[in-house]
Amino acid sequence: MHTRFWIGALVALVGAAILGIALGPVGLSPAQLWSAVAGHADPAIRGIVRTVRVPRVALALLVGAGLGMSGAAMQGTLRNALAEPYLLGVSGGAAVGAVIAVALHGSTAVVVPIAAFAGSAVAAGLVLGTARVAGAGVMGGGRADGRLLLMAGVVVGAFANAAIMVAFAVAPPDTVRGALWWMMGSVDAGDWSRVAWLGLYVAAGGAALLLWARDIDALALGEEAAAALGVDVEGASRRTYLGAALLAAATVAAAGLVGFVGLIVPHIVRAAGIRRHRTLVAGGAVVGGALVVAADVIARTIHPPAELPLGAVTALVGVPFFLIQLRRIAVSE
Amino acid sequence: MTVIAFSDVRIRYPRAARDAIAGVSFAAERGVVTAVTGPNGSGKSTLVRALLRRVPLAGGRLLLDDVPLSTLPPRAVARRIAVVPQREDPLFPLAVREYIALGRFPHSRAWQGERRADAAQIAAASDRAGVQDLLRRHTDELSGGEWQRVRIARALAQGGEALVLDEPTTFLDVAHEMAVFELVAELAREGMTVLLITHQLNLVARFAARVVLLHVGTVAAAGTPAEVMTGPILERVYEWPLVVGRDPAVGAPMLIPLRARPHHSPYHSPLSSPRQ
Repeated sequence: MHTRFWIGALVALVGAAILGIALGPVGLSPAQLWSAVAGHADPAIRGIVRTVRVPRVALALLVGAGLGMSGAAMQGTLRNALAEPYLLGVSGGAAVGAVIAVALHGSTAVVVPIAAFAGSAVAAGLVLGTARVAGAGVMGGGRADGRLLLMAGVVVGAFANAAIMVAFAVAPPDTVRGALWWMMGSVDAGDWSRVAWLGLYVAAGGAALLLWARDIDALALGEEAAAALGVDVEGASRRTYLGAALLAAATVAAAGLVGFVGLIVPHIVRAAGIRRHRTLVAGGAVVGGALVVAADVIARTIHPPAELPLGAVTALVGVPFFLIQLRRIAVSE
Repeated sequence: MTVIAFSDVRIRYPRAARDAIAGVSFAAERGVVTAVTGPNGSGKSTLVRALLRRVPLAGGRLLLDDVPLSTLPPRAVARRIAVVPQREDPLFPLAVREYIALGRFPHSRAWQGERRADAAQIAAASDRAGVQDLLRRHTDELSGGEWQRVRIARALAQGGEALVLDEPTTFLDVAHEMAVFELVAELAREGMTVLLITHQLNLVARFAARVVLLHVGTVAAAGTPAEVMTGPILERVYEWPLVVGRDPAVGAPMLIPLRARPHHSPYHSPLSSPRQ
């Protein structure tokens, strides 16, 4: 099923990964690339490939995969084509966490990711809590359905953005610059330890979303239809929202804010006619990975030695692609 | 034998001045169509929401074969009762075959794909609802009548012993409406428990064995169509002048609402002088 989509997506992913390993300040020929992979290249090239290029590509792939899966799960759960982790408080919370960490500690590589993850988790918790309290007032049953989660998410995100603007207005310029850079997203800090922990996180979060994908199929029909199929609507909505939000938060902790991926990737997968969420989440992982790896290649090769912010490039690459696909998306949705 | 029973059920929405359902008791039995009808706001759809556990009961009990529904896991209930809610609007259109296959959700485990038994049940349900020719279409390409039949096919794919339909024929023309009622009646004849929520009093009279007439959250009358569909009862419940005649074809009660008086004032009770 959907063979053409899978072939296309995997070819794009592998192609982007090969370019990501070959291109850079030191360009590698296909022969050098092969010998580095096979292990008999000269040590300098082997070093570049193994400790710089491959971990960077792997980190970009994991960030894209996490965001793609997160977006696919959120759009289905919340029944909204514009739902994505960044819109729903995850990015705002992460940014607040990062800004606080930078302001208190200076820009340290260890503290900022942890603070960003904590900020995202707090924001996601706030969204769930708000939706739950609001829902309890309406139905008396502690509901947290899609509409309430969506509204709470947008509002928590707006609040976080306002808090950041206030922080920027009162903070010293250096702090602002450090936090701002971090928020533009980058995978240049990709090393094997970061790849390992994000890999574990994406694997666990992705497995959870794949497991819950059947519930998302039912939730996407509407809450009454989902209840008619025997889904615990509130529990399933909360679970998938939290799982998707924490998955996105982990990518934010690893690479800052890489915008737009969670929003457009699910639409690209759906344009291939894929609707069931297990396939959609899995396809989102592959397409999201390919998109971010490709965007990172562009970010660091288009104007060397400067690197463009990854979050900006994903949007610059993603928007035209999305617009080209819009006709297919319009037809299929 | 009773399948779905409402026993003195009370439901109140938060901040509402009165109970939406104020002590309703009736049972939907196996092998017949039980119809719930009544004016707008009488609480018909609230009963469906209670069956789906979308509203908490303030009192009374909902029983499935004498077992309180609240003690059963939702999936176990979904394996036995299939509900076609009034509203349903998939955000992203699905292939009709995929949509009907979702009916197998309560039967399959998390990582389980479609088994042979599932495929057989999906095919049988599609046949039954007459949607075999639509399986390759998408849910947003269907007419209103096709969409309703596809939704019924999804419910039949659930394979339960009871079917609950909430206003299944709103927006349908005469032929499609009759086709839905005929299908539902046939399913009941084969032993299914059918609970039908509908406004269509004249079709209720012809297809339902039992009618429950709701009025502001209480049962105004219950019994056979002939017992419930009398002029005085219906005029009181609907607060509109009407006559009940005989269906010339089959002799079932037939409701004919009358025109309001010329220059009818909304402050003037329509009951005071029904015009013939």
